[in-house]
This record gives sequence, C-alpha cells and structure tokens, in this order.
Amino acid sequence: MKIEGIFLIGVGIFFGLVGTAYWFLSYEQGGTMMLVGTCLLGLLPGSYYFYWYRRMQGSKFFYWGTLENKRGIRHEDRPDATIAEGAGTINSFPGSSIWPFVMGMGAFLLLLGLVFGVWIAIPGVSLMLTALIGVTAESRRGGHI
Amino acid sequence: MTDVIDPPIIGGGAGTLVHDDHAADAHAEHGPSGVLKWLTSTDHKVIGMSYMITSLVMFYLAGIMALIMRVQLWDPHGAIVSPQQFNELFTMHGSLMLYLFAGPFAFGGLANYIVPLQIGAPDMAFPRLNALSYWLYLTGSITMLLGFFVAGGAAAFGWVAYAPLSAAVNSPGAGPDVWLMALALTGFSAIFTGVNLCGTIFYLRAPGMTMFRMPIFTWNMLVTGILILIAFPVLTSAVIMLFCDRHFGTHIYDVIGCHTLIHPNVPAPQACGSPVLWQNLFWFFGHPEVYILALPYFGIVTEIFPVFSGKPVFGYKGMVFATMAIAALSTGVWAHHMFTTGTVLLPFFSLLSLAIAVPTGIKFFNWIGTMWRGQLRFTTPMVFSIGFLFAFLMGGVTGVMLAAPPIDFFVHDTYFVVAHFHQVLFGTAVFAGFAGLYYWYPKMFGRMLNEKLGHLHFWFTFVGFWLTFMPQYGVGLKGMPRRVAYYPSGLGWQIYNQLSTIGAFLIAFGFLLLLINLVRSWRNPVLAGDNPWDAQTLEWFTSSPPPHHNYTHLPPIRSERPTWDYNHPDALALRHGKVPVPAGSRSTNGSGPHNNGDGGAKEKVPV
Repeated sequence: MKIEGIFLIGVGIFFGLVGTAYWFLSYEQGGTMMLVGTCLLGLLPGSYYFYWYRRMQGSKFFYWGTLENKRGIRHEDRPDATIAEGAGTINSFPGSSIWPFVMGMGAFLLLLGLVFGVWIAIPGVSLMLTALIGVTAESRRGGHI
Repeated sequence: MTDVIDPPIIGGGAGTLVHDDHAADAHAEHGPSGVLKWLTSTDHKVIGMSYMITSLVMFYLAGIMALIMRVQLWDPHGAIVSPQQFNELFTMHGSLMLYLFAGPFAFGGLANYIVPLQIGAPDMAFPRLNALSYWLYLTGSITMLLGFFVAGGAAAFGWVAYAPLSAAVNSPGAGPDVWLMALALTGFSAIFTGVNLCGTIFYLRAPGMTMFRMPIFTWNMLVTGILILIAFPVLTSAVIMLFCDRHFGTHIYDVIGCHTLIHPNVPAPQACGSPVLWQNLFWFFGHPEVYILALPYFGIVTEIFPVFSGKPVFGYKGMVFATMAIAALSTGVWAHHMFTTGTVLLPFFSLLSLAIAVPTGIKFFNWIGTMWRGQLRFTTPMVFSIGFLFAFLMGGVTGVMLAAPPIDFFVHDTYFVVAHFHQVLFGTAVFAGFAGLYYWYPKMFGRMLNEKLGHLHFWFTFVGFWLTFMPQYGVGLKGMPRRVAYYPSGLGWQIYNQLSTIGAFLIAFGFLLLLINLVRSWRNPVLAGDNPWDAQTLEWFTSSPPPHHNYTHLPPIRSERPTWDYNHPDALALRHGKVPVPAGSRSTNGSGPHNNGDGGAKEKVPV
C-alpha cells in the first residue's frame, strides 16, 4: 500500500509542477486544466492509499482514531510473507454472468439510436436497466458459494 | 459466484508443496459450456482470448485496407479506388489499427490473460466489469465497421477527426456519427479495463509478491492502466462533445453558423467554439495513447529477453523507473503534434518531447545489457523481440528529429511522418506484439507454434517492414504529402511508392504464414508442457492452459522470478550467497535438475 500511495502521489506532484510551469509560461487555459485534472487524478487516490497505509500501521499521522485497530502490513507487501499466510477467502468471483453481455448490447443499441433513431435506443435503455437490476440482484444473491 | 480460497501452499522453502483436494475442487470450472460460455464467462482468460481474437480480426481487416491503398499508390494516377474511398480507407485503417487492434490486443488481450497469472491472482479484481469492457469493445468494433454500410460511406476525416473537417457541414452522413459512437463505446471499454488493471495489481497480488517483485510486464501494465485513466476520459468526452456539435447545435469546436445563436452584436469568433480545442483535447489523449500502445509491448520484450538470454533482467528497477518517466513525460507533450498551428508553446513541448529519449535510451541499454554475455536462444519470440529493437530504434530516432520544431515545420503532414509513426507503432504492436503471441501461445493453449514457420514469418515481416517504410522517409523528404490518392508523376516519387507497395505485400505474406502456423498447431498439435521456454515468471508455474482461477498451488515468492527459483534451487542458493560460487561459474543461469527446458515439447497429442 505504501508504494502504491507514493507512486500515485508522485504522479500528482509531477503534474502539479508541470501544470504550474505550463500556466506561467503559456497562460493557456485548456492545457492547464487538463494537467490540473491529471494532478488530482494522482493526488486523490494516492492520498487515500497513503492514508490507509498509515492507518494499517496504526500511525496517528493522517489518522486520529484508536491505535488498537492496527492491522499491520499486507502480506503482499511483505517480502518475507509465505503463501500459507494468504490462505482463506480472497474475494467473491462470479463464475459466469449474462448481465455484462446484456449491458453491452444495451449500450450498443442506445448509441446506435443516437445515430439512426430513438426507436433503436428504447430497447437499448430497456436492456441496460434490466442488466443493472440483474447484476445488482446477482451480487446481493451471490454471496459465498 | 465462487468464493476463491488462496492456493494452499506452505511455502517454507523452495519446493515444499502441500496439496488440498478441497481447494482443488474450488478451482474446478463450473458453469455453461459452448457458445453460452463465451457469452457469459467472467474468467479473465476467456475474456483475454476473446479480446485477442477480435483484435486480430481487426488487424487483418486493417491490413487489407493498407494493401488496397498501397496498390492505389503504385501508379501516380491509380484507379483502384476513388479519392473519397481512399479517404475512407486511410481513416478506417488508422482507426482499426490504433483503437481496435494495438491497444485492445495489449491491454485487453495479453494483459487480461497474463497479469493475474503473473501476480498469482485468481482473476481480475472486477470480473463482470471486465466482461462488460469486452462487450463494449466488440460492439464498438462492429459500430465502426458499420460505417462502410451506411449511406455516404464511412468516416473520411482521418483517425484524428480534426475540427472543423469533422463538423456536420464538412463531413455529413451517418458514417462519421457511427465512428464517433464507436469511439465512445471503446473509450468506456478502455477506461473500465484501466480500472480493472490497477485494482487487480494493487489488491490481488499473492503473498510475497511485493511491488518490486512484479514482472516488468505487470509493472508496465500498471503504468499503462494509469495512462489509460488519464487519457481515455479526455477522448471519450471530446468525442461526445463533437457529436453534440454535429447534432445538438452546440458550438464547442464549431464556428460555422454560431452567430445565429447569440446576440447579433456579439462578435461571433469570441462567443463560438474553437477548432484548436479539439486538437488540444485529442492530442492530450493521442500522445499518451502512443505510449499506451508502446509500454505494454516494452513489457513483453522485457519478459522475453531474460528468458532467451538465460539471465535475469538487467537493471530491474531502472526499467521500472524508466517506464514511469516515459509515461509521465508522454502526458506533457501533446502539443508537439500541433507545432504548425502556431498556437502552442514551442520550447516547452519540444523540451519535454526530447526528454522522453532519455528513459527510452535507458530501456535500450537495459535490453542490450540483459542479452550481453547471455546464453542466447534465437527462438521465434526472441527474433521478433530483436526485430522490435531495430524497428523502434529507427522510429525513436526520427521521433527525436520531429520533436525539433524546425524539422517538424519542414516535414509536417508529409510521408516522413507516416514512416516515423509506422516504425514506432509497427515496431511495438507488431514485432513486440507477435513476439508476445509466440511466447505466451504455449501457456494459453498448451501447444507449440511451429518454429520454422515462425522464423519465416519473422523474416518476411522484417524485410517487408524496412522495404515499406524506409522509402517513405525518402519520399516524405522530397515533399510528398500524406493522405493523397494521386500524386504528380515526374517528381521521382513513384519508385519510392512502388518499393513501399512491394514491402507491404511481403509483410502480408508473412502474416499469411502466421495463419498457416495457427491452423497447423490446431491440426497437428505438439504439446508444450507447463514451461517450454524454461521461463522465469510466475505464470509459467501453473499448467498450460491454466485451470479455472489459475493456480492449485503456488511456489514461494522470494524474487521477481519465482518459477526460475523453484526450478533452479541451486541457482537461488547462489544468488543469496548460501553456497560458494563454483570456480569458473560466471552467472547463476545454469539449468536446474527440475526442468530440462523443453517441457516435453516433443510429445504428440492424438487428434
């Protein structure tokens, strides 16, 4: 988590510096806004990762809760971790699902509808809504099998 | 849904394995089969394979379009296609190659298949989002090809769709609209893939697989994922705004007729759109896109050179930091495509563009360092990777030339730029991409591709490549503009074009051989075994093809090449200084007792 955080904060700092230099050299708004956006794209998730890294270590820096919740470094971040330490549930993975296909077809028809006529977009929106409900229900129902 | 439990290995030391039947059952595949499997699968391997097949179809279609254009240009007054059809062909050739082949083949296909395997993950972090990415990509591809079947023909404004040429007045009809919708679909597809790559690499690594033990390919895919998240939202929103300009009366890029929407006393140019804004937005996507297309392929050859040199990668951390530097710099150089507009800050963009040569040079140095004094094996993946070095070097050197505004002013929009661009992207997406295909094909299908046909494929492609693109530098310097269906005779341009056409057909023949090779491997399969190349990274530890959720057991991960450590425990001991280095030993690349390197590749499978 530490390296991920530093990596993304580094992205933010780099583009912050480049964006600042670019603005004062060019006073061009479009490019500056894109560079500022890129800076935030790095800083926001990077700060979040770094916050969690500090919190998992039980540090008060970036964190003002109780230190008893210390979790320690993740086993994927520890060079001496054994495979056995990672035993147990990793995550829930859907074996198969029809809903991404339905959602994709819905998006396809929706965008074609914007070109060829609304009559194509209507089934597209219907498919997308169906897929949205379907995938939500599937996620709730799925649980742990 | 399957609750995946981590592979039950007790990794106390190299080679300690405990197998658990219950865990093995959890890794068995449950679910539909046949066509329904392909429609509903959320397995990263099935999705990766779907991406690769679709993108290869796009590659061959775009290649056929290139051949038609080359035949047209054989003669100054070629009559194979009309100028309008020629415009449609180069637009669709570029669009298919860039949006639907080079990117999706790497980050949708190879990365989808290989990254979870390389980090010991059971799947991508968001499997259903992954499947949705593929369906958006497939429907985007179909949408783009639909352009050929609508009234007025396909989009004909080039793959960059410059405003105001792409405005409704200048490019009427449904063809440009379906092109824009195709980009919107594939744009969302790429964004979802970028999210998935970052999430998978951040959260699903196996115990001990620290960030600085990840294979370089995975590192490059992480950086590519972040670049995708920087670049593709800009393209997707720019495309939607262009569609709004064309149909909903907005004037974001469009200055035509906008005075009717505002007060008559307001001067139109101040209140209306800016065509140069499109160029800014497009190239803010477009230049990182070049590296979104290049970095995965850099990663591929960085996997291949160590394996076929019998050495670890030279300068591992240098490679990682060079990748980061290339990606960071590539996002600050977008306007070097716009030098001739006269609206950009030349020194800023020129300096940053020139600076990219430094980390790229570090990579070249490390690739050569990896091969230096290695035990080289000239297999098909290796020769394609070496071909990549030559091709990309030439493209890179001319890229440095084009980063200098005085040269760019002179050759802008000539065939010199076409040659540079193709040498960069052909060098990466084709030489390195097909190196990756030959390298990982045994892992994906459990069978080998024929080496003789592979070498023939390489040589036809290599010779054809130089014959096609080197003359284009020459004819570009003589002043031939790009994107023209006819050219004046008597200027000495024809011989250059004819050489290019011959080269293009040599390349095409090479890719015919690849098809023959693929068919042959299905009709007369030769089993690959789990690790036919005696490779080093984690994906070669599992079976070929890998089981559902990838691993039934994992080796201890104590370096960036755990499979090598497991197969060569003596070499691991040498690396860690646990045993004295034998006299005369110059490296740790000896072959170990557990793997003879051929992985049983000679065994025949009954058909």
